[in-house]
Amino acid sequence: MNGIPENLRYSENHEWVREEDDGTVVIGVTDHAQQALGELVFVELPESGQDIPEGDAFAVVESVKAASDVYAPLGGKVLAVNEALADAPELINSSPYEDGWLVRLQPAAPTQAEQLMDSGAYQQMLAESGA
Amino acid sequence: MGKKTALFGRHIDSGAKMVDFGGWDMPLHYGSQIEEHHAVRSKAGVFDVSHMTVVDVSGSGSREYLRQLLANDVDKLTGPGKGLYSCMLNESGGVVDDLIAYRRASDQTAGQYRLVVNAATGERDLAWMKKVAGDADVDIRYQEDVAMLAIQGPVARDITASLIPADLHEAALGLKPFCCAEANGFFVARTGYTGEDGWELIMEQQTARELWDAVIAAGIVPVGLGARDTLRLEAGLNLYGQDMNAETSPLVSGLGWTVSFDDEDRDFIGREALLEQRAAGLNEKLVGLILEDRGIMRHGQQVNTEAGSGVVTSGGFSPTMKRSIALARVPFAAVDQCEVQIRNSSCRAGIVRPPFVRHGKILRSGKQ
Repeated sequence: MNGIPENLRYSENHEWVREEDDGTVVIGVTDHAQQALGELVFVELPESGQDIPEGDAFAVVESVKAASDVYAPLGGKVLAVNEALADAPELINSSPYEDGWLVRLQPAAPTQAEQLMDSGAYQQMLAESGA
Repeated sequence: MGKKTALFGRHIDSGAKMVDFGGWDMPLHYGSQIEEHHAVRSKAGVFDVSHMTVVDVSGSGSREYLRQLLANDVDKLTGPGKGLYSCMLNESGGVVDDLIAYRRASDQTAGQYRLVVNAATGERDLAWMKKVAGDADVDIRYQEDVAMLAIQGPVARDITASLIPADLHEAALGLKPFCCAEANGFFVARTGYTGEDGWELIMEQQTARELWDAVIAAGIVPVGLGARDTLRLEAGLNLYGQDMNAETSPLVSGLGWTVSFDDEDRDFIGREALLEQRAAGLNEKLVGLILEDRGIMRHGQQVNTEAGSGVVTSGGFSPTMKRSIALARVPFAAVDQCEVQIRNSSCRAGIVRPPFVRHGKILRSGKQ
């Protein structure tokens, strides 16, 4: 298993959340998710300014194999989307935790991220699922 | 646990991601499906296609038998060492399977043929073939113990000619497209499923393992089923079970050219049904689609045209064109433009005539 960054929070659907100093959050999919998806060839992202409820399918990532929804690990307003993914969806494969980020949100409630798993819990979940 | 080819251990050792395909454990890719695709278009790649079903047909009745079984006419095989693509049909004109029929290189009397049919349909095909044969003098033999490799790409033949048995070098290099040669249980045909030059080779399992190693050592990359699918889609080649099946006729599957009506006395299975369809007028056809909006077309998505609706039969991302392409069955009158229902969006696509890519070149890039 590749390193699971300790500074991120994780969802059961294999999304990660990075809390920034300014109170915004950045969301992406984990290394485990990109490996399971396979090589990505298309990403559909929401519009800036859109409100996304927690649990909503807010993005679609399509690999050579199939299309998969990405679910919002927390709710909020979209501040920015990763425009680079339009031409280079493979950034999610090569750099899932950095260059392959999906969206930046203003969370609807400030402490939502704390409900998510820390890296240790996520690692344990992966281990228990046999990943 | 699925069936394993002679090269299963090679795939595992090469780090292949294995998947079930028609009951076989087959390599999906060896790391990057897209890089494997580009390797075949630009240089060469080797595929383990041992899951394909090799059936040898011999006996004094075999020519007449195949003229009845197949919608294409094996009498086009005017000499030994030639092959042709054909469908075999049911009585309603639906496609039981598609295949390549070779008249074997040793065959002077039109009595020895080799058929290569699909993996997933192999058992059903054999049952059908035996049923059609009845008590005719034909021997139908499934060659369970052979292995099959495809080596494809612009330099595939150049690089690998020296690796095949010495007594076949010259014959192999001299093969014209769709022709075959064989010696001592090693069979080579200049055929493939990628839109590139190359050959398909049938041999004993141990020979296949040695050849695989030699081909890899010569710098040719192994290619999995994932890239095999995108390569054949770009080449506009149908996949059985997706682009045609027992309910669809070759005439609405882009395969009318493979049906030979020329000899009016040749009563092949499905002939009457196809003639009726043709007389009534075809209401559908198989076309190529190139997506103009962003997204990826997939099997089963609805296609809306001015002439009515249709369906994507095969869709995906074309690594060569860097956009989504598809095969789709649409109303016969549909032309130019359509919209494909991709999840919640209607996306614009151009209707084109396949193939999209052949011999490394993009042939269709936009509107027809």
